[in-house]
Amino acid sequence: MRIRSPGLVSIVAFGYALLYVPIVSVVIYSFNDSRLVTLWGGFSLRWYASLLEDEKLLEAALLSLRIAFLSASFATALGAIVALALHRLGRLRGRLLLSGMVTAPLVMPEIITGLSLLFLFISMADLIGWPMNRGATTITIAHVTFSMAYVVVVVRSRLAAMDESLEEAAMDLGGRPLAVFFDVTVPMLLPALVSGWLLSFTLSLDDLVISSFVSGPGATTLPMYIFAKVRLGVTPDINAITTLIIALVALAVGIASFVTNRRRSA
Amino acid sequence: MNDPQPPPLVRIDGVTKRFGEVTAVDDVSLDIQKGELFAILGASGCGKTTLLRMLAGFEQPTSGRILIDGADMTDVPPYERPVNLMFQSYALFPHMTVEQNVAYGLKKEGVPAPQIRERVAEMLAMVKLGPLAGRKPEKLSGGEKQRVALARSLVKRPKLLLLDEPLAALDKKLREHTQFELANIQYQLGTTFVVVTHDQDEAMTLASRIAVMHEGKIAQVGTPGEVYEYPANRYVAGFVGNINLIEGRVTGRANGRLTLHCDALDADLEAACEEVPAAGETVTVAVRPEKITISREAPAGADRNVVKGVVRDLGYFGDQSLYRVRARSGAVVQVSAQNLRRSAKLIVEWDDEVFLSWEVGSTILLRT
Repeated sequence: MRIRSPGLVSIVAFGYALLYVPIVSVVIYSFNDSRLVTLWGGFSLRWYASLLEDEKLLEAALLSLRIAFLSASFATALGAIVALALHRLGRLRGRLLLSGMVTAPLVMPEIITGLSLLFLFISMADLIGWPMNRGATTITIAHVTFSMAYVVVVVRSRLAAMDESLEEAAMDLGGRPLAVFFDVTVPMLLPALVSGWLLSFTLSLDDLVISSFVSGPGATTLPMYIFAKVRLGVTPDINAITTLIIALVALAVGIASFVTNRRRSA
Repeated sequence: MNDPQPPPLVRIDGVTKRFGEVTAVDDVSLDIQKGELFAILGASGCGKTTLLRMLAGFEQPTSGRILIDGADMTDVPPYERPVNLMFQSYALFPHMTVEQNVAYGLKKEGVPAPQIRERVAEMLAMVKLGPLAGRKPEKLSGGEKQRVALARSLVKRPKLLLLDEPLAALDKKLREHTQFELANIQYQLGTTFVVVTHDQDEAMTLASRIAVMHEGKIAQVGTPGEVYEYPANRYVAGFVGNINLIEGRVTGRANGRLTLHCDALDADLEAACEEVPAAGETVTVAVRPEKITISREAPAGADRNVVKGVVRDLGYFGDQSLYRVRARSGAVVQVSAQNLRRSAKLIVEWDDEVFLSWEVGSTILLRT
């Protein structure tokens, strides 16, 4: 049954407007020639050019990309291992609790995650003398902990849909367990691993709260830099950098859903 | 045992498998000879799949041993057994082409690449899939997938090929065709096949010997003919084919023939019998529907194995007709008759009074 009443259409339009008008306006104003953020002064790429001259910003962007790349890679590897372990545990008692605990960070308020990680790092420094300084390393570790939860969820749903006799067939044909893992399991999980990695990458890239908690002097990620800058007043180059981040995230999410859907329909 | 037969290819020796409280396979012993096409037949949950998975090495027996070609395989992992399994789901690797699927086992064995190419091509030619070598499994029909799975499991030249419900996923027409093809390939290669199935037709037409499994135990082992015509017990009689089971009271014995009286049919029955059940003992006799003759006149000169009744139900299948005849006491007997003469009119109609009769040799005496 399909009802296409004007009321319904306008509600949907309103909802989408709420979601996308702010984003679209940021994108549009990033091409604004005017120095004033709210006044249209013609098309220009000058704010994009000015980004290249802002060394602090480039440095922050580079750090963010580096952290995102590292944390996504670690989170994917660890998350996949956890998902496999949970899958193979089968009906072991306590599995429900374990899997619940793995995914809890998904709903944990970021403030709490950030704060508890900060406490952890401080007491670790006291007890074992590491990490002496908080910075890129501690941010990366923090990002791994919450990204991992997403990877576990994605990989487990893929595992649940996988025909287990595939691995048995490979073993039956002479594949030793490790060979079976790389010949069959990893290729079958590849879509989940790719989308898990991209998800972790984007999550890390735009995390502000947790990064702020566990960062130290000298380690400023891009979101932290932008946030600090906005507090002194919004300048048009913020629009430009935001547009770039939106493009990057959209690309990552697009690839992730493409990879997942293509394999699923196959 | 002074058996002149060569040692069996597969010896299952007192194998039991328990999953927690559940006994899936209960003290099963079975010998399978080289070159046999052996079927393990049973309803779902009878333990046949567990037995198959123990032969493949995916499950370890709780007790007992499995020998293949004289070597103890009980603790050998699947990747070191000279055994291959064709999975019910076929389990084709979706990220590999047909050719890569078939080549996988040889690659793991370390066969040199030129030989792999040769043997894969040979195998694909045998299952008539040569032109599809470059396709991915998702682009294949059900029958083609089945043939890829067969080629993949045979290319390593296993001593023993296990097939888990090989025809279950195919439609009826294709199944009949594939059945003969499978038997043909088995004959060509001489590989020992063990087929697990719940489908009695599949087991009967494919196999040279059948083991009927029931509740984790082997109920009977024999040729299809033996299992059908000489069922060892009530379960086998009822599971394989249609049958009429009748309770009777022993009334006497003479010349190796046993006479019984059946109250439910109000008839005296006669069966060939070697052993002597005590007079008055209650036994079960069984008669296959196609062994019974249905007629409107009383058969001349016979007073035993004759039942009077009324046709209650009639199914016309063209080549044969199926009748359900109710005796006066209410017991129902199934009869099937070939329609040998061409006629649009049936010889026996609904509500006709009929006589059912059968030969002494057709009465099956079941003690358990």
